[in-house]
Parts: sequence; C-alpha cells; structure tokens
Amino acid sequence: MKPPALSFHKKPSEMSRRDFLKSGGAVATITLAQGVTLMAFGGQAGAMADPGKRWGLLIDVGKCTSDCTACVTACSTENGWQDTGHPETDAQWIRKVDLVDDATGHELSLPMMCQHCDDAPCIDVCPTTASFKRADGIVLVDKHICIGCRYCMMACPYKARSFVHEPVRGQKTYAPRGQGTVESCTLCVHRVDRGDSPACVEACGKTGNGAMMFGDLMDPESQISQALLNYPSLALRDDLGLRPGVRYQNL
Amino acid sequence: MKRLLVMLFLMLATLPAAAGGLAPVIPKASGKPHPEGNLFMRINHMKLMKHDRDQTVREGDREIGHSLKACIECHAVNGADGQPVDISSDKHFCRTCHDFAAVKVDCFQCHNSRPEAKSQVLILPRPGDTNDLAAYLEGAAR
Repeated sequence: MKPPALSFHKKPSEMSRRDFLKSGGAVATITLAQGVTLMAFGGQAGAMADPGKRWGLLIDVGKCTSDCTACVTACSTENGWQDTGHPETDAQWIRKVDLVDDATGHELSLPMMCQHCDDAPCIDVCPTTASFKRADGIVLVDKHICIGCRYCMMACPYKARSFVHEPVRGQKTYAPRGQGTVESCTLCVHRVDRGDSPACVEACGKTGNGAMMFGDLMDPESQISQALLNYPSLALRDDLGLRPGVRYQNL
Repeated sequence: MKRLLVMLFLMLATLPAAAGGLAPVIPKASGKPHPEGNLFMRINHMKLMKHDRDQTVREGDREIGHSLKACIECHAVNGADGQPVDISSDKHFCRTCHDFAAVKVDCFQCHNSRPEAKSQVLILPRPGDTNDLAAYLEGAAR
C-alpha cells in the first residue's frame, strides 16, 4: 500500500531567527498530518540537493520546430556524449521526436528526455540502488554502483536511458560516463547545483524559440509553477501515474 | 660546491631506478600540501574519496574536501608536449604508485584522468622518499 502523499509547504514565517541562522537559508517544512510538521534544515544554502525544491521542465510544443536540434546539440556538448558510429546503440540523453497526426497531417516536434518521475520505475527495478532520486527530484544513475544490468532501460516507458557500449575517454570532469553503465539526462545537475538552468533550456532560449522552461515546481511563485497553473499542460503517459517532473504544453 | 650538490642531487634522483625500482618515483604536486600529511593520504585516499563521492552524487554536496577532480588538478603530470598526461601513460600520478603496488584503478573507466583546465605548471618528478614508503608499507600491513 502506498503511503499517503506528503504535502509540501514552505513556511518561512514559522521559522525563528535561530532556525534561520542554523539552516543557512535552506529550509523545508513538510506537513505530515494535521498539526504535525517536520522541518528539515539543509547544511549550506544552495550547497546540497534541497528537499524543499522539485526541479522540473515545461516544454511548449507549439514553440518547438522540427528542424531545430539546438537542445540535443547543447546536451551533447555539455555532457560529452556523441555518436560513435553505432546508431542502434549510441547514447541519447535527449532526442527530438516528430509526430504526425494521420487524420489531419498536422506535424509536431518535441524533445524527449528523462522525465524525472516522482514515482520512477527505473528506481523500483534497480537491483543495486544505483538508480535514485535526489531530494530535489532529479533522477540519476550512481555509476559507482551501476552494474549495467539495464533493467531500468526496460522499465522506463519513455526509453530515456542509454547503455554505454564503447570505452569512453576525455569525459567532462563534471559528467563522468563510462562503458558498462547506464546513463540518462541528469537535468544538468552540475549546472543546477551552481544555480544555472540546464544546457538544453539555455540553448533553446538562445535560438529564440524559447520552448523550454526550467524551474522549481514546489515554489508556487516560480515562472514554471505559474505557467502550469494558468495554462493546460500534460504529462506523457499520465495513465501510468509516475508524476513526471517534465510536462508538455500544446501537445 | 654547486657542482657537488648537483651531482649529489642527480645521484639521489636516479637511486630508485638504479636500485631496480625498489620505490616508485612519485611526481610532485602543484598545490598546497595535504594538512593530513602524505602518509595519511597514501593509506586513506580511497576511503576519503569513496565517502565524499557519495556525498556529491547522492546529496548534491559540491563543497566536499576530497574529490577526484581536486586530486587530478593538483597531481597532474605534464608529458613531453607540456600537456597533462592521461592514465594511459605510466607517468600519470596515480599509476606511479598503483603500477608499483599492482592495484588496479577503476576510476578512469568513467572519470577523466586529466584536469579540465589544463595546467601549464611544470611538474618534475622527485626522488622516491624511501622513509615515507617504509612507513606506508608498515601502515598497509597493520
């Protein structure tokens, strides 16, 4: 049986001055039940994955064009994955998907990557707990303990994960990757940790399309939360109830 | 006097090689020395790195004291072309000891063995400190 869903609220007004100083700014208040609150204090502000945040993406398919692959190129450059001449097995952290409505001929194009599910099937099936979700909702592979069994690749309904078949040299120091492990979009965790947005979002903005928005889903004032509140959007394969952190508009 | 010193230095520098590789020639690092001391680091570096890697990957803590990235930055050894060598060269800092001790390093199957910002600091190998090595072997046996 599933535990009841936790509701997350930030209540800075409830913090004492002492609590605030202790926390260094990173504070999450979790309401477990009526009248029962649990406050978690982060170490240094911004230095750790913050349980008071849930990072997400909002992709406006209406603004995404089929001839543009800026997000894919930016991801590849940022994280150091590229074609090795084996198109069937080459790593794809992010890919462009083109859709055609058979009835009308209407065409759509959208980027697909790890959807950073709240209830991620890749985490459920991982035999070594290498697949895990950070406190701020980013789903990652801990390659130190990944044995390359690829159960997570089978379990992922979005086909978001790749297996590295060839030996790798010259990796980015912040994005280690190697043969025999599974990898996927990290939501550019190294950039997020220093306060930047993912490389794909930045590249998409530079093209002028501005189809991708990154932000904190748990902050009701954030741009992404406001957009989700005011305009219709959907999660891919919502029927599976995985509650992804990536949502699509105009699809 | 100067010439004598140079000769003495050369003799010392070639001692480990002359002795048939009794001690590895450990390249000198470019940064500040470890406050814990070299002996402590030789015995415990893998434990420190293992602990802190989980801190970074799992908890998102990037302010850790012992990251592989930091090791690589200070301990980079430049090759003939003035660029830091990678793990395929036996001059690589990690390999000088690990080859000697016949301990396989798995880190570089995924991690880059060269620093991101290529250090142009000229790093010369120094003669193996036999006292340190004896202490290390003693520590490892304990």
